[in-house]
Amino acid sequence: MRLERRAHVPLHLVILAPLAAIFAALLLAAGLIAAAGVNPLTAYGEMLTGALGSRLSITEMLTRATPLIFTGLAAAVAFRARLWNIGGEGQFFVGALVTAWIGHSLGVPGWIGIPLLMLAGMAAGAALLAGPAFLRLRFGVDEVVTTLLLNFIVILFVGLMIEGPMRDPLAFGWPSSVPVDGDFRLPDLVPRTRLHIGLLFAIAAAGAVWLVLARTVFGAETRAAGLNASAAAFAGISLPKTIMGVALLSGALAGLAGSVEVMGVTAGVTTTMSPGFGYAGIVVAMLAALHPAGVVAAAVFVATVFVGADAMSRATGVPSFIADVIVALCLLTMIVALLFTTYRVRR
Amino acid sequence: MTKVLELHNITKRFGALTANDDVTLTLDQGEILALLGENGAGKTTLMNILFGHYAADEGHVKVFGQELPPGLPRAAIAAGVGMVHQHFTLAGNLTVLENVMLGSEPLTRLTSARGAARKKLMQIADRFGLPVKPEAKVSALSVGERQRVEILKALYRDARVLILDEPTAVLARPEAMRLFETLRDMTKEGLSLIFISHKLHEVMAASDRVAVLRGGKMVAERRTNDTNPGELAELMVGRKVERPVRHDHQIGAPVLVADKVRVADGGETRLDDVSFTVHAGEILGIVGVSGNGQAALGALLSGLAHPASGSLTLADQDVGHLGPRGMIRAGAGRVPEDRHSEGVVGELSLWENAVLERLRTPEFSRRGFVRQGAARAYANDLIKRFDIRGAAPDTRIRLLSGGNMQKLILGRVLSNGPRFVLANQPTRGLDEGAIAAVHAELLAARAEGAAILLISEELEEAVALSDRIQAIVKGRLSEPISADEADPQRLGLMMAGVWTEDDHAA
Repeated sequence: MRLERRAHVPLHLVILAPLAAIFAALLLAAGLIAAAGVNPLTAYGEMLTGALGSRLSITEMLTRATPLIFTGLAAAVAFRARLWNIGGEGQFFVGALVTAWIGHSLGVPGWIGIPLLMLAGMAAGAALLAGPAFLRLRFGVDEVVTTLLLNFIVILFVGLMIEGPMRDPLAFGWPSSVPVDGDFRLPDLVPRTRLHIGLLFAIAAAGAVWLVLARTVFGAETRAAGLNASAAAFAGISLPKTIMGVALLSGALAGLAGSVEVMGVTAGVTTTMSPGFGYAGIVVAMLAALHPAGVVAAAVFVATVFVGADAMSRATGVPSFIADVIVALCLLTMIVALLFTTYRVRR
Repeated sequence: MTKVLELHNITKRFGALTANDDVTLTLDQGEILALLGENGAGKTTLMNILFGHYAADEGHVKVFGQELPPGLPRAAIAAGVGMVHQHFTLAGNLTVLENVMLGSEPLTRLTSARGAARKKLMQIADRFGLPVKPEAKVSALSVGERQRVEILKALYRDARVLILDEPTAVLARPEAMRLFETLRDMTKEGLSLIFISHKLHEVMAASDRVAVLRGGKMVAERRTNDTNPGELAELMVGRKVERPVRHDHQIGAPVLVADKVRVADGGETRLDDVSFTVHAGEILGIVGVSGNGQAALGALLSGLAHPASGSLTLADQDVGHLGPRGMIRAGAGRVPEDRHSEGVVGELSLWENAVLERLRTPEFSRRGFVRQGAARAYANDLIKRFDIRGAAPDTRIRLLSGGNMQKLILGRVLSNGPRFVLANQPTRGLDEGAIAAVHAELLAARAEGAAILLISEELEEAVALSDRIQAIVKGRLSEPISADEADPQRLGLMMAGVWTEDDHAA
């Protein structure tokens, strides 16, 4: 058996690959569900109705998809330039923390404050990734290690802040930071649900990222540097500048995820506010084949799994951790699927 | 004479493409057969069928009179056929002995018979004149030594027919000549050899017989003694190909001047006290055995390396400190040594590669956005002007042949009207037709007054194109000689670092 590189990857394969990957992941997870003593079809049925079965559940799913779009974009932007940013989770939290910190006592009207807080969250996320990017460029330190480990440091730091200086005295001992001022809560998109206009920001961000990657000089240089660094250097494209630019953009997007989540959903920061949005963003980006439009669709799928798994758990007793298993399996199956889209198998 | 190998009426199709069309070929005992053809003529496909990597659609293969089952490399090995691939298939972290033994022992064995294997390897090495250190790590070996290991790997499996796919593609000229001597000696030990090549001088120097493939068909067979390079070139390309000739003309003022330049890389001196001048309308050839500082010279003139001491001026402007973009702005055009790793980004389209060097110029971008229309139009223009075949602006560049890729690189350099052109190994790996095209473009640029520095390992090329020639040896340059004075012997001495006393005066 030999693998032969395809001259051209047809569009239907590009679209089929993530679908096949998802199908394979669900099939594999079905084994685990069966092992838990539940009919997988029943379980998946509950999952589907739990996430998409009512107006409320759909808004809940889209609420969950919003930060995933941002973190998915963050991972996609970085991976395209071969910058392995595994630190989306940490960037999410610093974005959230800075937003709550500034947003608690900022004395400006909402229409100024909201964009300002979003910028602050972006700056925080960007700053957090700038460090590992600098270490990689200056000393060749592997950013997979540094970004991954920073996640734990940041989450411990968040824990410190919300137990200490940023503790919310009105939270009745519940570990939460002070909330952002009411003026800076994002308006609801659908009344009487948790769905807020952050979803529109996320979709707009996907459009903006697409524009930057596909149409700008920065996007073209990023692509060249990611695909062939030595040819890019020969053509006079500065690799340090490109990598640093990508790091700032990627970190900013993940920081924005945290910022929007605080202003749109939680108001204050807790260490449990993210069910792994940063890590799931990596899966979202891979399922999207690193394409910004695909990120939106993939985020909706992962959000469906997250929200649906909770409902399935309540109905059938299968632990909701199955959601993490499915999402993780999707990453593995997608990598296999990408192999088959890039290469053709010949005997 | 006994036929050790017979290929009868082999046909192989890949979809619409017929890679081999009714090819018949035989090999005699103790013979060296050259399989000559341009890139894509079907040479490698044919040898892969012989070795069992592919199964032929029609026809059959006989080794020592026995028909081989199709598509089974194991059967080919057992019958005594060995193959040495163009790209080595060695594990760098293992020793020579381990590499040779790899795959030759059954997996069910608990212990590995290193002692016996070592003895057998040394015997073979001795008998065929292929000295190796069995315990050396392959990653520490030179390219020539690695190739020797590849050959030993085949011989260790008792190959009596050896196929070498483009064996000299990675070797410098003297190494290649040594390889051919070794191969000649090996035939005296009863081996029969086929080597695949598209280089005429090699075929003439090393083979007994030549088989020429063109477009998948066997177009001719000649005894090497009865033919000449001109005839072979014509057979190979299918029409008369003549490399263009340099005509004498008036040389202009100095354009690029290097004065006592030293280039260091991590504390190690790569170029030492290097001085040269390229004039307008002149081609200065730099010849030398690979690895003598050509890479550093290329990097210096591309803007990727900078002088530690000495000066580099281009049209009276100091350019030593400039990066690639600065060099281009100063009027330099650069053709890199390795078009795949430095020249193009294979996964990007032709138009993106065409404007890669000038993305930030107003011609191709406005307010940070790429002017795709302008870039595509420019790419279309290059395709027409430089005869880039089988491509549109949106074609992914890796789908182009080496020759067409090189035409694009030359096109993006020359369309810019450069004052100075660095042409670093501009025809490496190209076939005759493409070589002639590249030469013609370089000579046209020369006629228009560009100053061109040509770095080449092909002596014929350097002599044919250059007005003056300097040799590079261990990071130092010889004094220039006029191309008229360049005979192979003198160039050989220069490349060995022997240049006459009076040349040293300056």
